[in-house]
Amino acid sequence: MDVTINGRPSSVAPHTTVAEVVASLTRSAGGVAVALNDEVVRRADWATTVVAENDRIDVLTAVQGG
Amino acid sequence: MTYAPESPAAPAGAAPAVPDPAADPLVIAGRAFTSRLITGTGGAPSLRVLEEALVTSRTELTTVALRRVAPGAEGSVWEVLRRNGISPLPNTAGCFTAGDALRTARLAREALETDWIKLEVVADERTLLPDPVELLDAAERLVDEGFTVLPYTNDDPVLARRLEQVGCAAVMPLGAPIGSGLGIRNPHNIELIVEQANVPVVIDAGIGTASEAALAMELGCDAVMLATAVTRAKDPVLMAAAMRDAVSAGRAAYRAGRIPVRRYAQASSPGVD
Repeated sequence: MDVTINGRPSSVAPHTTVAEVVASLTRSAGGVAVALNDEVVRRADWATTVVAENDRIDVLTAVQGG
Repeated sequence: MTYAPESPAAPAGAAPAVPDPAADPLVIAGRAFTSRLITGTGGAPSLRVLEEALVTSRTELTTVALRRVAPGAEGSVWEVLRRNGISPLPNTAGCFTAGDALRTARLAREALETDWIKLEVVADERTLLPDPVELLDAAERLVDEGFTVLPYTNDDPVLARRLEQVGCAAVMPLGAPIGSGLGIRNPHNIELIVEQANVPVVIDAGIGTASEAALAMELGCDAVMLATAVTRAKDPVLMAAAMRDAVSAGRAAYRAGRIPVRRYAQASSPGVD
């Protein structure tokens, strides 16, 4: 199933959840936020939100800045 | 004949010479801070140096940016802040429109579990100057969404007033462009902003060295926000100490009230008979 993760074309198994996408990118979920097609997915909903074909998933974290 | 002092000796437990900063807290949106130095985290040579500089500065509020996770990145600035008890202040750096800033702010709220946002909406990469139209629009919408908004703004007293009117918790006028180290280019405008403001005024951007941080406080600013001056100094930790002391000294001087400037001398010793 084709999706875009952090701007890169990617392939994930059907029924993959947002929580699984996050876990594939970073070990620590602290300080992380997720947008699914530009809408924030609350942390409490990560485990139950399933990714669909052609979804854009952005996983963001705090970095040095400002 | 015994010597009799003209005045009684100072009683034990006399007031310390240095004012207690805890008695003069910085209050933003009902939250009190002992330190009046807000720091950024960009530009540090390493997380280790950044951590030492932040701890030395005694800052209690520090900005971070929000970016896509880089797989395999070692250590995180968020962890550095957490273990030192420093509150993160997420920013919307890199946003050019109100829409961008809103999206970033909502993600930052989720990531960092704070509704405080340092709002930056800039006009172009070359100057990084705030875009006043987009900034005011974004500020109003974020306040409506329940954010505590601290906007990075121009040194424009009118815009500062408008930002306060839409409900911003502070105003953060620039001394000079971000990272320029040009100091405070229009101290008169900063004074005008301070005079009229009913929310804290935080000088943000342009500070290059300690005397400029002290000047900001002497002009009546409630706090100083800086990053580059420390993180890109030859010795960031030593500069962090310098900034900590400068902000504290500048605040004390402001509260003490400077003498009026005179055109001619006024003897400080008694005349000779």
